Amino acid sequence: MGKIAEKTEGSRLIMEKTKKTGNGLKAAKLTDTNLLLIITIVVFIVMYAGAMIFLQKGFLKPQTFFNILNANAALIITSCGMSIVMITGGIDISVGGVVALVSMSCAVYLDYQGGNLFMSLLLALGIGLAFGAVQGALVAYLDIQPFIVSLAGMFFARGMTTIVHTAPFNVANEAFVALKGTRINVPGLGTVNKLGNYVNAYVEIGVLVALVTVVVLFCVLKWTKLGRSFYAVGGNRQSALMLGINVKRTRFLSHLICGLMAGIGGYVYFLHVGSGSASHASGMEMNAIASSIIGGTLLTGGVGNIFGTFVGVLSLSTIQNIVSSIGLDQAWWTGITVAAMLCVFLIIQSVILARKH
Amino acid sequence: MRGIYKSFPGVRALQGVDFTLCEGEIHALMGENGAGKSTLIKVLTGVYEKDEGEIYLKGSEKPAVIKSPQDAQNLGISTVYQEITLCPNLTVAENMYIGRGKAQITNWKKMNADAGRILENLGIPAKANQQLSDCSIAIQQMVAIARAVDMDCKVLILDEPTSSLDESEVEKLFGLMRDLRARGVGIIFVTHFLDQVYEVCDKITVLRDGQLVGEYVIEDLPRVKLVAKMLGKELNDMEEIKDENQVYTGEEELVIEAEGLQSDAGIKPFDFVIKKGEVNGFTGLLGSGRSECVRALFCADKIIAGKVKKKGKPVKMTKPLDAMKNGIAYLPEDRKIDGIVGDLSVRENLILAAQVLRGFFKPFSRAEANKFADEYIKLLEIKTASADTPIKSLSGGNQQKVILARWLLTHPEYLILDEPTRGIDIGTKIEIQKLVLKLASEGMSVTFISSETDEMLRTCSRLIVMRDRKVVGELSGEDLTQSKVMETIAGGEM
Amino acid sequence: MTGKKSIGTENKFADLFRRQIFIPIAALLLLALFNLVVDPSFFKITLGHNSVGDPVLTGYLMTILDYGSEVAILAIGMTLVTAASGGQDISVGAAVAIAGSVILRVLVGLGGDGTLQAPILVGFLAACVVAMLFGAFNGVLVAIFRIQPMVATLILYTAGRSIAAWINNNELPIITDKGFTVFGGFIPGIPIPTPFFLAVLCVVIALLVLKFTNLGLYTQAVGINSSSSRLNGLNPTFIKWLSFVILGLCVAVVGLIKTSRLSTINYSVIAKDIEMDAILAVALGGNVLSGGKFNIMASILGAYVIQFLTTTLYKFNVSSDALPAYKAVVVIMLVVISAPTVKEKLGAWGRSLKKQKGAA
Repeated sequence: MGKIAEKTEGSRLIMEKTKKTGNGLKAAKLTDTNLLLIITIVVFIVMYAGAMIFLQKGFLKPQTFFNILNANAALIITSCGMSIVMITGGIDISVGGVVALVSMSCAVYLDYQGGNLFMSLLLALGIGLAFGAVQGALVAYLDIQPFIVSLAGMFFARGMTTIVHTAPFNVANEAFVALKGTRINVPGLGTVNKLGNYVNAYVEIGVLVALVTVVVLFCVLKWTKLGRSFYAVGGNRQSALMLGINVKRTRFLSHLICGLMAGIGGYVYFLHVGSGSASHASGMEMNAIASSIIGGTLLTGGVGNIFGTFVGVLSLSTIQNIVSSIGLDQAWWTGITVAAMLCVFLIIQSVILARKH
Repeated sequence: MRGIYKSFPGVRALQGVDFTLCEGEIHALMGENGAGKSTLIKVLTGVYEKDEGEIYLKGSEKPAVIKSPQDAQNLGISTVYQEITLCPNLTVAENMYIGRGKAQITNWKKMNADAGRILENLGIPAKANQQLSDCSIAIQQMVAIARAVDMDCKVLILDEPTSSLDESEVEKLFGLMRDLRARGVGIIFVTHFLDQVYEVCDKITVLRDGQLVGEYVIEDLPRVKLVAKMLGKELNDMEEIKDENQVYTGEEELVIEAEGLQSDAGIKPFDFVIKKGEVNGFTGLLGSGRSECVRALFCADKIIAGKVKKKGKPVKMTKPLDAMKNGIAYLPEDRKIDGIVGDLSVRENLILAAQVLRGFFKPFSRAEANKFADEYIKLLEIKTASADTPIKSLSGGNQQKVILARWLLTHPEYLILDEPTRGIDIGTKIEIQKLVLKLASEGMSVTFISSETDEMLRTCSRLIVMRDRKVVGELSGEDLTQSKVMETIAGGEM
Repeated sequence: MTGKKSIGTENKFADLFRRQIFIPIAALLLLALFNLVVDPSFFKITLGHNSVGDPVLTGYLMTILDYGSEVAILAIGMTLVTAASGGQDISVGAAVAIAGSVILRVLVGLGGDGTLQAPILVGFLAACVVAMLFGAFNGVLVAIFRIQPMVATLILYTAGRSIAAWINNNELPIITDKGFTVFGGFIPGIPIPTPFFLAVLCVVIALLVLKFTNLGLYTQAVGINSSSSRLNGLNPTFIKWLSFVILGLCVAVVGLIKTSRLSTINYSVIAKDIEMDAILAVALGGNVLSGGKFNIMASILGAYVIQFLTTTLYKFNVSSDALPAYKAVVVIMLVVISAPTVKEKLGAWGRSLKKQKGAA
């Protein structure tokens, strides 16, 4: 018997050896999340560097990069929320609608009700949280599919936007306009313009909010119990339950956070465009999903990274900039390129993960 | 800990069951499938809420409140289930620590170090920061056990933890269990392997049809009696089978021949023949490649090399449908994943393979389908409310019978059964073994795979032995003994 | 557990409650009742004559038949896609735009004067081919690359309308031929809108296919357990792919109806949000959106219920922009009522109520 035990021990060692070499040395060390993150970062750097070398023009100016940030601060924030829901295994397609509703409500509140800035911010957060809470409750506690729930959420938000106010208009509230115009100079970066004056590169307030969001949510996902629960629930809901995680509450919170992010993102969007309109942020939910995917989040859940999402947004808008700067500026090219990029990334992910497992 | 007591009469699977677990004992919970073992355990661990009854923990007069797995964990009850209940996307260390403790912040360094130490202590060959899905199933199961052990539990529940472990791993697990017992942990052990019960357990509680049959000290209950208690009848069936069919005496016609067959599932090329009316089997440790071999014969994995001949004529097979057209049927190892189509009715599950063979444009009429369903439900004594019942609501053994019926309906010449008796009750096990022998006597060739060697010795006239994904020997006739099989599995040169 | 025998009328009612088709029927009855109470004129149908002098029936119910048929046709394909792949195709609206664009391009061409350059059938067949190709593209992403359907079709959703505009170089060709308006309007002499007949035709074909082939069984088997289906000789990849191609065919039919209504196209507005209606139809029909068992008739009924709702809201002067908000509320109510957990609670509540009655 003793010998049998020895033999089986030996055979197991062999099995393990073959397994290691089979997986490839690098792949064995990386988790799925990190592998996809690295791909995303590499693609973005290659793309941006390529644009700097071959297109030059604007891409050499730091401000071009910061303009990408300025224009996409809201998208970054909503995408982060979206990523969290996706990591938990859900989806929220109501974020675009919520952003539109937030900007319209705040606009009406500021201009027609004579409200103040702080209260308008609270209003934005309240709307976001309300959407997140209701949708989260329906998804988590009544076990209704997130796609259907947030589809209804999107319809509701879009419809409510026109009910609040139909015609688009610019906000004239002085405090708001002042806040909107606030520019924060980026120290040490700038260009000399045609007149020979040094112009410092700048970002808007929204960008700071976006960066803080990215950092905070990154830490939440990486280090907190709640953050790890998001991954666990997304990886395998049943197992997570068995492991002692409160699955319902976790799913609820993921939607709540996503709603909150849509609220904050809505206010930042409002701050950037300075107007209310029912057609604001149309298709933003799709851009947010696309950014998350490009950033390495799997819609099946359990895999993703907030920093990746941030890079995903940058990649998405960089490719749009590249397309328009090489002269393909008819409207349809933007849609087609974004779609093509999404397609490429999805296939890359699918192939890599299939090969790894 | 004294006196977990619980009873809950009701419509559900448990009708007033009492169960007592003492400090420092290993207590086997036995019963056929559908006897209520899993339900009892799930109530105890808070997965199901009980309808009625109470649970008392040591030193407490008040009933304990267990409404979620988390409650159970907090009370010191931890569980390892048959199916891996860990998250594949997290690292090994996270899987060991998530959902535990009050800390809101994860200290990765400390967690990895702690986990690494435990893994080393228990001799589990996995890295703490490895993604769980990169580990083999056996190692994943060990990680689940490591987690439970580390939780400082007072009650440890092992629900068929050994079905995916090989012998040395089982030994290791038993060592661990004895260790814990010495430390005063009460262990509830659920298993279908009788040997294992008698190896480690102190007491046995038997359930049948959701009712308590009794609690026994292990010395007072010999095997035969235990089986009789579980089945509710005296049992001679096991003896009956033993005498039959030890040596193959049938015809010499070769049904299937394979030469240098190799699939992408990582097995070495192998040769294989089966004669008309023969029952043979693949044996070997878990992971030795026995399932992969039969999967290759059925083209369930991608074939990368080799030739297959049917009755002497070469045939080209690249996908399961080709194999089916050549009269091969395959009952897969994992019933849940590869066998049943859960939401479909028993009838639809039963006719599926025959229907596919018949063709896309020729659906069976309702009457035909009903006829088949009724015929086989009767023939195999499948216990189902009706042919319209979704298969997922049947017990494991009955599901397996439906899958078996599905393949019999295709009238195969060659039937492959991969672990047809795993996780099903003894009564059904014997029925299936008898059926195999009956089919063979009617001229069907059968390949039978089981982790229980005695089961294979009873049914097969020839055993192909595998080790490390390679065929290493073949036994037949007088060589078909337990010791000879073990010897060959371990490597003949001892 | 499901094996409980039902005896007595009460249980029969419970049985009906559990039946899939119950949800859309109940929703339909509820809506009808609401309209009956609030304003019975909703059900008035008048026979009039259109501008050409043909007899036509008008009234809210006709509108429902007319526009609900578009959703119903899409719901057929969407049900199959949902069942086989466990996901939904969100690109159908964009694909309808592409199909419509192809029809116009083939029938009128760039810079044409509006007269037909080719038989309508040729235009329609071209649209079928193109729509099925795009369906096949979605199918390849889903079936071969194993990308979740919603994400895979997100690609065409994003790019589809751009592609539609690109096909006609962003021009808006107009068809002047009166014969072309038949498909979205009325067949001369028949007062019922043509889309309804097209929907009936599609449904009949679908039911015949389901009856005389194994499409239904195969699709459900693949949707429930694709690994097991493969070992039973099915080709799950092909069946998933096929469901998307079939949906492509449905899209082409709707493309024909939509362009026929307008005699031209508006790339950004045509068939907008129709994917949502089609998905809701499937959900309202009680089909599980994560795949598996399906009931085509329930989906089709669901489609008309959705249109019933839309028309009811229009009647109450809800603007088309605000419409989605009301629809969302109704949808959520329906989904909540039909949620398994809620059903269970209601069932338990009903039982305890009965117990009390019995005790009294």
